[in-house]
Amino acid sequence: MGDQVLKGEGDVSLKRAATRRKVLDGLVPVIASIGVFVAIAFLVSLLLYVVVTGAGRLTPTLITDYPSANPREAGMRSAILGSVFTVGLAGLICIPLSIATAVYLNEYAGNKWWSQVLRYNIANLAGVPSIVFGVVGLGFLVYGLGLGRSIIAGAFTLAILTLPYVTVVCVEALRAVPDDQRLGAYALGATTFEVVRYIVLPRAMPMMLTGGILGISRALGEAAPILVISGLLFIREDPTSLLSEFTVIPLQLYSWISRPQVAFQQLAAAGIIVLLAILLALNSLAIYLRQRFYRRLEAG
Amino acid sequence: MNEDTAMNTLEMVTSGRVEEAVEHRTAFDDAIIQVRGLSVRYNARYAIKDISIDFGRNQITAIIGPSGCGKSTLLRSLNRMNDLIPGAVVEGKVLYRGIDVYSKEVDPVALRSRIGMVFQRPNPFPMSIFDNVAFGLRVNGIKLSKDELYRKVKEALEKAALWEEVKDRLDAHAYSLSGGQQQRLCIARALAVEPEVLLLDEPTVSLDPISTAKIEELLISIKKDYTIIIVTHNMLQAARVSDYTAVMMPDENLVGRLIEFGPTKEVFTRPRDRRTEAYIAGRIG
Repeated sequence: MGDQVLKGEGDVSLKRAATRRKVLDGLVPVIASIGVFVAIAFLVSLLLYVVVTGAGRLTPTLITDYPSANPREAGMRSAILGSVFTVGLAGLICIPLSIATAVYLNEYAGNKWWSQVLRYNIANLAGVPSIVFGVVGLGFLVYGLGLGRSIIAGAFTLAILTLPYVTVVCVEALRAVPDDQRLGAYALGATTFEVVRYIVLPRAMPMMLTGGILGISRALGEAAPILVISGLLFIREDPTSLLSEFTVIPLQLYSWISRPQVAFQQLAAAGIIVLLAILLALNSLAIYLRQRFYRRLEAG
Repeated sequence: MNEDTAMNTLEMVTSGRVEEAVEHRTAFDDAIIQVRGLSVRYNARYAIKDISIDFGRNQITAIIGPSGCGKSTLLRSLNRMNDLIPGAVVEGKVLYRGIDVYSKEVDPVALRSRIGMVFQRPNPFPMSIFDNVAFGLRVNGIKLSKDELYRKVKEALEKAALWEEVKDRLDAHAYSLSGGQQQRLCIARALAVEPEVLLLDEPTVSLDPISTAKIEELLISIKKDYTIIIVTHNMLQAARVSDYTAVMMPDENLVGRLIEFGPTKEVFTRPRDRRTEAYIAGRIG
């Protein structure tokens, strides 16, 4: 009876049929979603493990106390302060430098061959292992410039480590600004600087800041280059100047994880929760800033 | 050009002295822009070749022709917007008030504040209506008191026939305007800088007929203060608004050439070139 209904005039049929095309069309989302499930499952099990192990150890003293040989008294105060200073300073160095580099490459250098070469090289630098930046920082900043194993040496190393990534994002942000905006401003007699300052940068800023904050998040999680620069896993005083010795959260975690006692494992898990919370806060800030800027640009 | 000279031109054409007629038609006593032997190429490929044309003061000149005939290239070369296109090379001369705009001493930034431009798609900046119009004044370093700035913005919006629609919401975002209003805002923005020449590159191509009519009316109403050059592929628009019409056509190598130029009436009723006739009749294009 159904066939009868679906039989049109002539030989037209609109009947559903399981053709190869249809089967493939149905399979692809299933296969593709496996990737999502694997990633989510891994992340959730990691989070569960960390929370179950570390939640009990998550006390205010974890943040306010210095590390100690006794896991019950140990905290990560010096590591948190070290991270805040080094990574904060790295962001202050890296973001303006990246924006400047991107503006030069995209708005001034144009499509000249050497600017293309520079662009590719910067993209390649983003793939260099972070330990290499640590070694360069050790040789050039710590010994060469005599900065010692200091916060400033660590900050510059992290800044240079994140520079390629943030620059690539900033260049993309500039390329996303429609050309008719630039032309519109040029046609009114604006100089290139004015076009960049009043038209291009305001539009590219949300994406640039997002890239900058994501770069900072990455720097916050870096252990390898800081291990080379600072070499300290255990430090019982606050940093007082840019030349102070320091350690950072990932190194503190590394030091705790490498101890066999269960109490230290719990301590490490609690520390990971703190690090994740900071990362989450940073990424939320990035989203908030982006929304705020977009609202200002697109407000009707 | 008055009636007499138009008649002379017609006689010359009919008596076969075509070359002389062309010479006569393109020479204005009162030309504000004179183009001489202009060719523009993008890298090795010529977009337009050997174009000579005069644009008369306080006239509306329409440049018409099929897609890809180099109309926009010609327009952009008048205020050096071509400088911004990688690979663009200009040969020949563009004289604005007798000054070769491509000579080394000419500052393209200063030139563009004298010869403004409006584009195909409305491209207001993501800021308030007021700030859009004030943008050109601000970047050109014109120091104005708040009242003077307001007066200039108002004047520009009035000329662009937008004032009545936006006077109560100058602080509203430019994107809250309709497409046609946005394009009039872009015209106001260009006029605020007080240019002498206004270039329009198919300004109504993305607009509805009512918005198009408004823009055509406003162009005619500001003609007394500005020289207007409008690129359009809408022949009826050229016929409606322009005093002079230039017809461009790609040659066998797809290089844009100027094939006809004269008073609009003449170009449309007694075209000199067979291709113009075919184009106007809708057989090419």
